[in-house]
Amino acid sequence: MKPCFQQDGRRSFLKKSTALVALYLTPSVFVKAFAVDTIVPMPIPKEKLIITINGKKLNLEIDARTTLLNLLREELAFTGTKKGCEMGQCGACTIHINGKRTKSCMQLALTHQNNKITTIEGLSEGEKLHPMQAAFIKHDAFQCGYCTSGQIMSAVTCVREGNAKSRASIQAYMDTNICRCGAYQNIVDAIAEVAKTGVKI
Amino acid sequence: MKSNNNTIFWEDERVDGADKVNGKAKYAAEHSLPNMAYAVFVTSTIAKGSIKNIDTSKALAMPGVLDVIYYANCPSVPGYISNAAERPKNAMEWRGHKVLHDNKVRFFGQPIALVVADSFESANAAIRFVKAEHAPESFDTNFDKARLDAKNLKTNSNYKRGTEKKFKEAFAFVESEFNIPIEVHNAMELFATIAHWEGDDKVTLYDKTQGPKSTQFTVSRTFGIPDKNVRVIAENVGGAFGSGLRSWANVPAACIAAKKLNRPVKLVLTRPQMFSLVGYRPQSWQKLGIGADAAGNFVGISHEAITNTSRYEDFREGIVDASKFLYACENVDTKYQLLPLDLSTPVWMRGPGEASGCFALESAIDELSYKLKMDPIELRLKNYTTINPENKLPFSDINLKDCYTYGINKIGWKNRPTVPGSLKENGMLIGYGMAVGIFGAGKGSASVRIVLSNDGKILLECGVSDMGPGTTTAMTILASEAMQMPIQKIKFKLGDSDLPPGPSQGGSGTTSTVGSAVDLACKTLQQKLKEISIKSAPVFAGMNGEALEVKNEMVISKSDANIKMAIVDVLKLANQDKIDLTITSNGKNAAQLKFTSNSFSAHFVKLGVNPKDGTIKILQVVTTGDAGKIISPKTARSQMLGGVVGGIGMALSEKLEIDHKTGQIINASFGGYHVPLHSHIPPTDVWFVNKPDPNINDIGAKGIGEIALIGLAAAITNAVYNATGKRVRDLPITPEKLGYKSKV
Repeated sequence: MKPCFQQDGRRSFLKKSTALVALYLTPSVFVKAFAVDTIVPMPIPKEKLIITINGKKLNLEIDARTTLLNLLREELAFTGTKKGCEMGQCGACTIHINGKRTKSCMQLALTHQNNKITTIEGLSEGEKLHPMQAAFIKHDAFQCGYCTSGQIMSAVTCVREGNAKSRASIQAYMDTNICRCGAYQNIVDAIAEVAKTGVKI
Repeated sequence: MKSNNNTIFWEDERVDGADKVNGKAKYAAEHSLPNMAYAVFVTSTIAKGSIKNIDTSKALAMPGVLDVIYYANCPSVPGYISNAAERPKNAMEWRGHKVLHDNKVRFFGQPIALVVADSFESANAAIRFVKAEHAPESFDTNFDKARLDAKNLKTNSNYKRGTEKKFKEAFAFVESEFNIPIEVHNAMELFATIAHWEGDDKVTLYDKTQGPKSTQFTVSRTFGIPDKNVRVIAENVGGAFGSGLRSWANVPAACIAAKKLNRPVKLVLTRPQMFSLVGYRPQSWQKLGIGADAAGNFVGISHEAITNTSRYEDFREGIVDASKFLYACENVDTKYQLLPLDLSTPVWMRGPGEASGCFALESAIDELSYKLKMDPIELRLKNYTTINPENKLPFSDINLKDCYTYGINKIGWKNRPTVPGSLKENGMLIGYGMAVGIFGAGKGSASVRIVLSNDGKILLECGVSDMGPGTTTAMTILASEAMQMPIQKIKFKLGDSDLPPGPSQGGSGTTSTVGSAVDLACKTLQQKLKEISIKSAPVFAGMNGEALEVKNEMVISKSDANIKMAIVDVLKLANQDKIDLTITSNGKNAAQLKFTSNSFSAHFVKLGVNPKDGTIKILQVVTTGDAGKIISPKTARSQMLGGVVGGIGMALSEKLEIDHKTGQIINASFGGYHVPLHSHIPPTDVWFVNKPDPNINDIGAKGIGEIALIGLAAAITNAVYNATGKRVRDLPITPEKLGYKSKV
């Protein structure tokens, strides 16, 4: 059954993307080793990863199966990046990789050697909030706060990439980020205001 | 912002806003403890039956896997013992499905085993190697079919005043059936529990819950240990909408695993598990008959409802309640039955039963208005009542008329076509609709600790939680107003069962209940300050407490403002480093019990239907609330906006789909279960009557969480009828239901 909403492009994208990520997140070594019902106990594969997070270069040794999201949350204590679905559908885990917004739950950490990651924690400078963070507070663009990090990371690239020209274009760009509390109107207000000020973000 | 004697006491921004925008606010799963293990549920692949055997050997051989816990090796849990005689005295039976306890499967996706490993990756990799051998049994998940056989139904409650089915004798009447599918809360934060046994009978939990105290009670009784030995921490809750009003399988499972392995265990549900393990709005069928005389006076209302529950628990809600008292009507009868199915147990979801019930009632009234050729608002005004016709008590306050007036003007009601389908704008069929919401406004008991320290700062504490509405902000504002001092000097702490007992956050009761306690705590502190001032400060010597007031961080003589002393100096003079009080505010007093209290809302919708394909674009929403004094205008407005978004989902897209051949939920993801997105949200105006209710509590405030959503779906279907002449009584509205062919 089709929903009654007028726009539906993202829905079919979501369905396709789910199937893709299932394949993607199963490293080939496991697909081979654990075919059907056989199992070969093996040591957990550890791999080296050099990655820059919020301006700090890290030399890590990580479980090859770790997603960028779980690396951030469980290993590095960057819990500002949220886990909402692990299927690339909700946007709560949105971060910037080399300046581009990306859903970190869909990314194996090891595929990001030498990449520069920015999380919500890297947006503010100490106590000084990023203009988008300040605008989110001013417009009360959240309630529970759980989708907020992802909304803000998307909001920043929305403005940076020139997608904040109208309310409709902001909404279309931000459709990647679900807010179940329903702060959508306030989120768009916050983004529109930051875009209007023309401040470089 | 509010100024008082030219002093601005509070900004209107969320006090915990900075932590939420910079990622510092920590939710349940975001705590980390030394030596913590990770657990993931293995779930059933049948809807009903038993498990003959579970082969855990392959999973156990996987690297990093510590244990696979299931019925055969699960440690005994006092609260799992059904026979009261065998159960330890301080234990109570766990309500609901006893996870990991027996080999019975009660619904598809039920947890049957728990894999525990030293990392999330290892646990997650091992779940697919846990092999269960099932013995399936026949089951039934099909509400629409099962409800037709009376044998399947359990009568819950009937009500009658006046004559039954009187509406049929009226000048004009309608009788219609309404269907609402299962809807799922789907808060953005996944349910999670971290359990840490700090001793054999002492456990700390980081848990996603709307009630730290209620979770504490559940855990202490389930494990037969003293309340004080259970600490539940939930400083931030990433939405819950009712799903956090009870503890689900994740709570005992994490506790069991942590105890068995003797190390902290973190258990986080997956998004698909959020569809089957933490409740949902039950599916409902309703039949509503309503009739009026030629002048529009209601003659009779008959409201029948069936909602589903699980086989192992009865869940009921107030689905037929609003029909008993929202409008003046002498003849009302209601009938409510439950239909047990092989599904997990439902739970309150925002607006709960009243949202389902008002969909039927408010749709039927709209339908009747066309029969009477009367404006639907006029029809509602004709049957307006200031006395609750069910219990005959006056409403403590009701200003719905003001909501109508505001909405009529703001939405442009005068442009509404009286003939459906007759107005077009930009190629779209345009319709206007409105509907009303009502929900009980309670006041329960709560305790609050207030500490004034010698630096002049105030700390307030209560074991309630804040799942997003802004309780922390509202309580801080209340204290700031009561103490007449800047908000920056006040801190309100919640989300910890170690704090003085507060209610679970739910039923739109937090502001009234906890707010009353905060107000009382501030007044008690002021009283204490006056007493100490008179005793210790020579300037006040011999004065009476009533001659003094506390404001602007001073104790001041009412008759001579020059006689004053800073409260920090009062403390210094009295040689006290702090004043530390804990007060309890009780439920309604005798005077308040002479009234019946409710919050009300009226929602107005303008929408367009594309005549080519039946898709709907909501163009404008005006949502109005009559909920007493609005304590925190900014967060209250956001809550109303959120209700509109929830209502749009209910009306246009949300539906859980079950494959009745397997009993499996087939759309358990955001890709399949469609919640509203940014683009679906129209410009929305929020307006409040914002008048203190004089008869509910000292602060004059009532709740808005539920009324924000209740009625919204009917406002949309009413507008769709106005636009197209098609009455949709089965949610969600799809193009097919408007007579268009599906494109899929």
